[in-house]
Amino acid sequence: MAVHPIISALRRHKAGAVLITLQIALTLAIVCNCLFLISDKIEKISRPSGLNESDLLMVTTTHTGMNADTAAGQAKLEASIAGDLSALRHLPDVADAYETNSLPLSNNNWALHLRLAPDARDGPGTSFFESDAHTLATLGVRLVAGRNFRDDEVTGRSGLGALEPVVIIVTKHLADQLFPHGDALGKQVYFSSTTVPSTIIGIMARMQTSHAESVLPDRTWNSTLVPIRLVDSSRYYVVRSRPGHLAAAMKSVPAALYAQDPQRVIPDGADENAGVRSFAQIREQAYQSDRTLAVSMGWISAILLVVTAVGIVGLSSFWVGQRRRQIGIRRALGATRGNILGYFHLENLVISVVGVVIGTALAIGMNLWMVTQFQMDHLPVPYVVAGAVILLLLGQGAVWAPALRASKVSPVEATRSA
Amino acid sequence: MFAYYFQLGLHSLRRHPVLTGLVIITIAFGVGSSMTAYSLYRGMSGDPIPWKSSRLYFPQVDGWGPQARNGGSEPADALDYIDAAALLHAHRAPLQSAIYGIAPTVYPDDPSQKSIATPGHAVSSEFFPMADTPFLFGTGWSTADDENRARVLVISKHLNQRLFGGANSVGKSIHLNDDSYRIVGVLNDWHPQPRFYDLATNDAFGPADELFLPFATAIDAQMATTGNFGCGNKLPAPGFTGTLNSDCIWISYMVELDSAAQVRTYRDYLDGYAHAQQTSGRFAWPPNNRLRDLPVFMDFEQVVPSETKGVVVVAFCLLLVCMVNAVGLLLAKFLSRSGEIGVRRAMGASRMAIAAQFGMESAAIGLVGGALGLVLTCVGTMRIRGALPSQVANLIRVDPSLLLETLLLAIAATVLAGFYPTWRAARVTPALQLKMD
Repeated sequence: MAVHPIISALRRHKAGAVLITLQIALTLAIVCNCLFLISDKIEKISRPSGLNESDLLMVTTTHTGMNADTAAGQAKLEASIAGDLSALRHLPDVADAYETNSLPLSNNNWALHLRLAPDARDGPGTSFFESDAHTLATLGVRLVAGRNFRDDEVTGRSGLGALEPVVIIVTKHLADQLFPHGDALGKQVYFSSTTVPSTIIGIMARMQTSHAESVLPDRTWNSTLVPIRLVDSSRYYVVRSRPGHLAAAMKSVPAALYAQDPQRVIPDGADENAGVRSFAQIREQAYQSDRTLAVSMGWISAILLVVTAVGIVGLSSFWVGQRRRQIGIRRALGATRGNILGYFHLENLVISVVGVVIGTALAIGMNLWMVTQFQMDHLPVPYVVAGAVILLLLGQGAVWAPALRASKVSPVEATRSA
Repeated sequence: MFAYYFQLGLHSLRRHPVLTGLVIITIAFGVGSSMTAYSLYRGMSGDPIPWKSSRLYFPQVDGWGPQARNGGSEPADALDYIDAAALLHAHRAPLQSAIYGIAPTVYPDDPSQKSIATPGHAVSSEFFPMADTPFLFGTGWSTADDENRARVLVISKHLNQRLFGGANSVGKSIHLNDDSYRIVGVLNDWHPQPRFYDLATNDAFGPADELFLPFATAIDAQMATTGNFGCGNKLPAPGFTGTLNSDCIWISYMVELDSAAQVRTYRDYLDGYAHAQQTSGRFAWPPNNRLRDLPVFMDFEQVVPSETKGVVVVAFCLLLVCMVNAVGLLLAKFLSRSGEIGVRRAMGASRMAIAAQFGMESAAIGLVGGALGLVLTCVGTMRIRGALPSQVANLIRVDPSLLLETLLLAIAATVLAGFYPTWRAARVTPALQLKMD
């Protein structure tokens, strides 16, 4: 079928044609940017943390009044930690447990820089997690090289001073950043503002840092385990329950801790302030804003597509109504129903293609603006193509019902009125 | 006259039920989604203390120098203890306070009750007049209490309810950490959101503070901060004294300055202070201070995340598409009544009269679309509240002003979308239409 008569017919409906074109263009621009954002968020949310996340829980506990600055206070705290850990590890619901300052995705970030020589400038930043010989087993993190900490390597530390562990375990990501030739194992590095070296004795396959959102994208996998016992009145216990016993452990673990020290505080709060959280809850809270954004964008895209379809149905129906006589004449002159159907589909295609071309330019423009405003990446071509295909199909689908009605116009209409 | 057109408009809604329904749905969805996004933005960006936000200032002193700034020029947003103590001691503003988050444990007298870590802030006595806190009983503490590191505190209405059943507890004592503290004041309901006095080191949205202690007292009791703690070039020596003597930042600082002259004077004081630090050798760089008022500081601290702003932009783009859609549908609806227009024109109706009639018809459609939009806004805000953390979800309120704005936006959007179709309708020539029919 020739496109020429369609274009001359559209000249008589300039306003409507321009409006549909504009609408398709705007919809395409917004929808492919939304799709890109949604898939970006889905990819982010579904990144594995490197932990075996099932059967894992974390408890926050505080007991003020034991001053870690004095020797007596430290001794009291050490005894309290040892008592807690022994009680936890002997619980029937518990497979293993350790004490720490933070956990991946817990939103409590302790970070320092590492450098290769005492007089060098600061190198890559890393989150550090205070650990002992039970940490790897509790978290289910896999070593790709080297060994675990030994009990005798773990030392106590209170307060915020310089970090000077003799040995450390780092992620492969961080090891490769420090030593690009892959020979990190056995090498020495230095934490911020110390001249005491730490030797890398193990390399983990993968372990996420404490923030879901990292200031620098590269930092997300820069985690370091340090063999340090946090001697502080405020601390975390990370517990792996026996398989399937997570719900039971979430009750028995705080009960056991209260039995050790009835005056301690395990917060009752909700969300991030809850004292006992399963890792599934921690993960959900860490990605809540990302998920909300993705869902909002999904709704906006869906509404946009429906609205655009509604517009096409409305205007096409109007055009069909306006042209009943002309359709009747064509039918009387021998055009088949299929010809009429095809005419309206082709007309829609012509308008949609123009809209898609303009929309592609708009989409790229909008993306460039969003890159400067919202730390977004550049829009990959497949999203534009997908958006264009969706809109072309939507147009064809929306025009189907009005076109079908047009094809049912009887040739008799040619003789009516006028 | 307009009342008659409005009636005509409402009457003609029934004339093309499908087209009219589509316009209404389009407007309702456009308005519903943009108002849902806007309600979130409005909740997060609201001025927590509108009557004096432009008189509250947040000084920043560059205690880290260029090396820690990584090429940027912005000094850190909080102060270390040395600078905070020096600013407090100099007392150059009419009112000022050093501020940091604490969570001491409240030990109940009844041993069968659980002890509870209770969030609050360590502040100076001038904090209360500065923040215009409402008192239920008693008052804040005196400057003498600041200086003497008195074991006094102000508690929230909620904590007073829990500990004393809501009775006047001024003069009574409670057990915090290792010490006994005397209550001097009980606040009435007070939960400013965002928490404007500690944007630098804590989340802007969170649970209400339950207690306030004198800053010097909290330092004396070695209470650690519950907020962000960042160090520049050197880590602190171990122990609380090490923290106090370090360049690590963890203290928010707020001053009230009532005139441009006071702002200028305070700026000069800050520059003079930083210059003195440079002369004494503590800072190896020239003064690099900031003094932002609350609205500017809220923007600087990104109280409303850029992603939330992005959602609002996209939602209003959706409204734009809906309006384009409404233009097309209204055009179809109005022009399909060319015959009627022709008759009215032939009977003497002026173009203005036709324009007024169809303008009112747009407004009528907008009103119905707005009513449906209200329902969608309510559904949308309910859904988005369920998807947000509770402290942010509580900021979203569907109140009369939001409902009114929704209706007005719907009517404005529809009338605007109706301009071109109305103009086309008014141009219909009487003779041609009569001949056609």
